[in-house]
Amino acid sequence: MKKFIEGSRATAEIIKLCKPGVISAYPITPQTHIVEELAQMVANGDLDSQFINVESEHSAASVVLGGSATGVRTYTATSSQGLLLMVEVLFNIAGMRLPIVLTCANRAVSAPINIWNDHQDSVTVRDSGWIQLYAENNQEACDLHLQAYKLAENHKVMLPVMVCVDGYILTHAGEIVDIPDQKSIDRFLPKYDPLYKLDVLNPITMGIVGGPDSYMETRFAIHNTMEKTLNEIIPEVSNDFAKIFGRAGNTLIEEYKTDDADTVIVALGSVVGTIKDVADELRKKGKRVGVLKIITHRPFPKNQIYNALRKVKNVGILEKCISLGLSGPLFAEITSLFAAKDDTPKISGFVIGLGGRDVTKQNIEYIFEKLEKGGNNDTEFVGLDENVVKNNKELIINV
Amino acid sequence: MSDIKLFNPGHTACAGCGQSLAARLVLEAAGKNTIVANNTGCLEVFSTYYPQTAWGTPWIHSLFENCAAVASGIEAALIYLKKTDTNIIAQGGDGGTADIGLQALSGMFERGHNILYVCYDNEAYMNTGVQRSGLTPFGTNTTTSPVGLQAHGNKRPKKNIVEIAASHRIPYSASASVGYPQELQKKVQKALSIKGPKYIQIHVPCPLGWRSNPSQTIEIAKLAVETGLYPIIEYEYGDLVNSKKLLKPKPVTEYLKLQKRFKHLFAENAKQEMEEIQKIADDNIKRYKLI
Amino acid sequence: MIVNIFSKPGSSQKNKTGSWRMGKRPKFLQQNCIACKICLFSCPEGIIEGKEKNSYHCNYDYCKGCGICASICPKKDIVMIEENK
Repeated sequence: MKKFIEGSRATAEIIKLCKPGVISAYPITPQTHIVEELAQMVANGDLDSQFINVESEHSAASVVLGGSATGVRTYTATSSQGLLLMVEVLFNIAGMRLPIVLTCANRAVSAPINIWNDHQDSVTVRDSGWIQLYAENNQEACDLHLQAYKLAENHKVMLPVMVCVDGYILTHAGEIVDIPDQKSIDRFLPKYDPLYKLDVLNPITMGIVGGPDSYMETRFAIHNTMEKTLNEIIPEVSNDFAKIFGRAGNTLIEEYKTDDADTVIVALGSVVGTIKDVADELRKKGKRVGVLKIITHRPFPKNQIYNALRKVKNVGILEKCISLGLSGPLFAEITSLFAAKDDTPKISGFVIGLGGRDVTKQNIEYIFEKLEKGGNNDTEFVGLDENVVKNNKELIINV
Repeated sequence: MSDIKLFNPGHTACAGCGQSLAARLVLEAAGKNTIVANNTGCLEVFSTYYPQTAWGTPWIHSLFENCAAVASGIEAALIYLKKTDTNIIAQGGDGGTADIGLQALSGMFERGHNILYVCYDNEAYMNTGVQRSGLTPFGTNTTTSPVGLQAHGNKRPKKNIVEIAASHRIPYSASASVGYPQELQKKVQKALSIKGPKYIQIHVPCPLGWRSNPSQTIEIAKLAVETGLYPIIEYEYGDLVNSKKLLKPKPVTEYLKLQKRFKHLFAENAKQEMEEIQKIADDNIKRYKLI
Repeated sequence: MIVNIFSKPGSSQKNKTGSWRMGKRPKFLQQNCIACKICLFSCPEGIIEGKEKNSYHCNYDYCKGCGICASICPKKDIVMIEENK
């Protein structure tokens, strides 16, 4: 059913329809509306779930770890500082192969403290073994959460999934979202059937000490699983999704007008919407531009991205995060795809929108123009306040 | 020995390890209808080196500080699955409980989960090599509170987690000692018969970290109690309801002299520290009405 | 693919810690035993078994030779002896 609804509340509705048995909640802006909405649903008896108010995000992740290990579908949400606080638990969950779904309402990380949107939080944990999906709009956010459970719980996967939704831009924005009915969702997402669990009738020891003689195989197993997931399971789930709900599922990447494009900008998340608008306007003026949206960041769709970009002349990687001291992480990942390859576009890196600084159409126009003129060599900050940084003094204190 | 026990031999605990004895006693008292969440520490490490495990019940280890939170998640799942008759035990050492794990412990108490938390108190971070924890007694020689030309060991008294637990007004908070194994088991059974959060802190000598004779583990545990240094107390809903009475408290020297971690206290220049330790014992006797 | 992350209950039994003993083992004299069970309750390995008086014994496959049983027996009916005696 289509309705005009705030992003967070739409996420909560979808999660409710997925019927998690254990939800853990610790508040952090801008995730709060999601857990508040879920709490209200439980309080009204609309959602049969154990809602646990924990005392920190580390415990939020630990509670869903325990719940999932006991064979129950679980959910939690966080952002920024909260995500970073639970990092060791995230690695633990992936290592223990538990199919937990978590929403990361993307927010910048401290210091300085900043509650507005960028991607530094979720991108920082890209090595953790979690599958990471990025939504462009709230419809996609809902659809990705649905697919996340089916993907995570597949016995050939059994990996946790993080759905990344831009804080404020998506979480607090009202959009028209088609929320499917319970019956369709039940057809798509069956009851959770755990591959293993804590059960007195069939005891196992979980969370073992893996010494040098056994640890390495567990990491290989996750990596191997991620590759299979990328090429087999995600497309499978995506097709099932399309069949039941009549719209595209997670297609790993989205190629928007890239077929005959000379210049393409690559990005994750909601900023893609802005880039598409600018691309449309430039197309009207005869420019051959396109946009490559990456939906699945982990596992990384190497072949798909390579094939989408290899015939393009100029590629701009636009990121709302940076691996300080190197470049944007996506820039490093994508340039590596073309190492020692013959058909290599000119690849440029752009860092934008950190700490929630607005990404304007003018910024995007500037980037398309820059790319046409040959791009840059590495990491260019777009939208920086030059007055603040121009002096190049050691310590700048603005009174 | 082919039938599988609740806690099986073949684990790699040191000979004479008080904690391995206590863990076995706890699990046998709890029975097979029990799920265990364990923090990182000696017990977890010596019992689960892949592919071997000493555990016969469902058992999970996550991280160092979160077993109380993991157990909270297990309980929530069991409630959701309508399987609420299973015992849930969350357990860890003194470091994992009183220091890094205090937040998760407090959260579990405050939310009222039906979980028994067991703290195996060997009075230091033993698994990492005998470093000082919040439950290391005053005057103890550990690697991070060493005896030196300008120091006599640990400068601070033990944090009182039994009272911290009791101040959450949970149904049951108690101390126990591996020196009194049958009493310990009775306490575990009593706790598991109560609904809500429970806390039992068990004093367990560590022959390696305490530098004591492995054969004297039980004797030393008993002496800690008999001197008043480790009072055996029970709190219910925040009130002190019981304490193990001492007929004639022994002087602390009887206990300290059996452990090389306290050897320095017998020197001339440590008279003041020795007196302070006797005072701690005397204060305990008064506070908990042990005589 | 999922490997090396769970273990089966009781699999530690494969590890015969009896090999740890350093020359001494407990001998259960089975003469003055009163079946108080204190030895059974005090063994860290949990390998002492017995029912009525003078029936208590241990499994030497796992006995680490800590000596707690000998030290704790109120009737001195358990003694530490040289291995191979």
